[in-house]
Amino acid sequence: MSAERIPLMDETAVRRVVARMAREIVERNGGTDRLALMGIHRRGVQIASLLRAEIESAEGVAVPIGSIDISLYRDDLEAIGPRPIIGGSELPPNGVDGSNIVLVDDVQYTGRTARAAINELMDWGRPGRILLCVLVDRGGRELPIQPDIVGRQVEVMEEQQSVEVLVPELDGRLGVDIVYKHPEEAA
Amino acid sequence: MNQAASALGKDLVGLEPLSREQIVAILDTAEPFKEISERRIKKVPVLRGKTIVNLFFEASTRTRVSFEFAEKRLSADTVNIAAAGSSVVKGETLVDTARNLEAMRIDMVVMRHGSSGAAAFLAERIPSNVVNAGDGAHEHPTQGLLDMLTIRDHLGRIEGLKVCVVGDVLHSRVARSNIHGLLKLGAEVALCGPPTLVPPVFRELGVEVFTRVEDAIQWADVLNVLRLQLERMEAGYVPSLREYNRIWGVSNARLDAAPHDVLILHPGPMNRGVEIDSDVADGPHSVILNQVTNGVAVRMAVLYLLAGGQPEKAEAAKQGAE
Repeated sequence: MSAERIPLMDETAVRRVVARMAREIVERNGGTDRLALMGIHRRGVQIASLLRAEIESAEGVAVPIGSIDISLYRDDLEAIGPRPIIGGSELPPNGVDGSNIVLVDDVQYTGRTARAAINELMDWGRPGRILLCVLVDRGGRELPIQPDIVGRQVEVMEEQQSVEVLVPELDGRLGVDIVYKHPEEAA
Repeated sequence: MNQAASALGKDLVGLEPLSREQIVAILDTAEPFKEISERRIKKVPVLRGKTIVNLFFEASTRTRVSFEFAEKRLSADTVNIAAAGSSVVKGETLVDTARNLEAMRIDMVVMRHGSSGAAAFLAERIPSNVVNAGDGAHEHPTQGLLDMLTIRDHLGRIEGLKVCVVGDVLHSRVARSNIHGLLKLGAEVALCGPPTLVPPVFRELGVEVFTRVEDAIQWADVLNVLRLQLERMEAGYVPSLREYNRIWGVSNARLDAAPHDVLILHPGPMNRGVEIDSDVADGPHSVILNQVTNGVAVRMAVLYLLAGGQPEKAEAAKQGAE
């Protein structure tokens, strides 16, 4: 089954949006003081480092960065089974206590990933503030958790379509595609 | 590596029935669990609501405490049952004990038992997950796994390494789990000890047998030194502890003669001055306390993989969700 792909954003579009999100992050935080980025595994990690590079070129400050793997905070272990390999979480160098943490994810959908990531952050310490930042918001929330900073909002069909963020490190290019999961039925 | 191939199934009875991929999956899963024990709040919610019974028919402190830490750090609820003082001494059978526990709605049993095969016997008869924490002289799979994780941490690989298990192999479940696990991961395995405790028949498993500890040290990259139980002397397997130390003891004098550094493992508890000298146990090549630390991570990985290990449901959910 070859899934049908429709490009939503190419590399230029993603970079443009990331530049705007970086500015919004700095604006919301009132500068780069106490700011730390945490990418959610896996593709949130790459988006977080793109944001960090943008913030550095605009503000001249390399903000601390970390990553978070929510596998052990999921609410569906029984339903989908354990992930064979867990990425592991890495704190920003100064920890999370008192920091203004920006959680970065590639796509926001049900809100369950963000819920898990927030819970995990709370177990790490007491962040001063948490902002949620996503490259693409595809709707379909199952929990009342909304992103603070959104790259692009898109309406997709709940069942047949998914949004895939592609990053050079894992997919060979930067971009966002809408993928039909069952092209023969959707056509 | 797909998920179905690496899933563990319902129980962990031993390393012998596992594939190389399954063993590697457990070791890889243990890596991120190490970090949880370094956190300020040493707890993740992944097994919240699960009830685990630690059913120990033989005395054990290290293994039981290690399992208990692993369970608690995954947020499971735990109950410890030691044979002394339990209904076991009143003549209850193993299956009846387990069924009574099941009737109180448990999810997993971690069992230490004096009889080889007890874990497999129980696993076939109850729907809960069963983890073997040592059964007679059969296997002690989580010990084998933590030994391999520690070797991999320090030497970067298992494949191609020469690992020698020294001591009372005959009565040792640790030795058997080491042999099965290490051979599957591509290590060369040897055994060394007095012929009464290392019968030559072990060669049938595909391992080398040394009768002189000096030869083993010359050959090996890693020595896994087993505890010599004092009862063995009374039973006539070795003439005396002093003589055992003189002929088989791992000492610095012997290690100094080796052509390269030898990593020293010991499953504990140690008899200092019998199978291992204090200088060696506390020396720069000893990783005995790293083994203890890794034990918690490996047990967390095993519990995690067993608790969610339903590959057919996982596949179905993947097709539907995403």
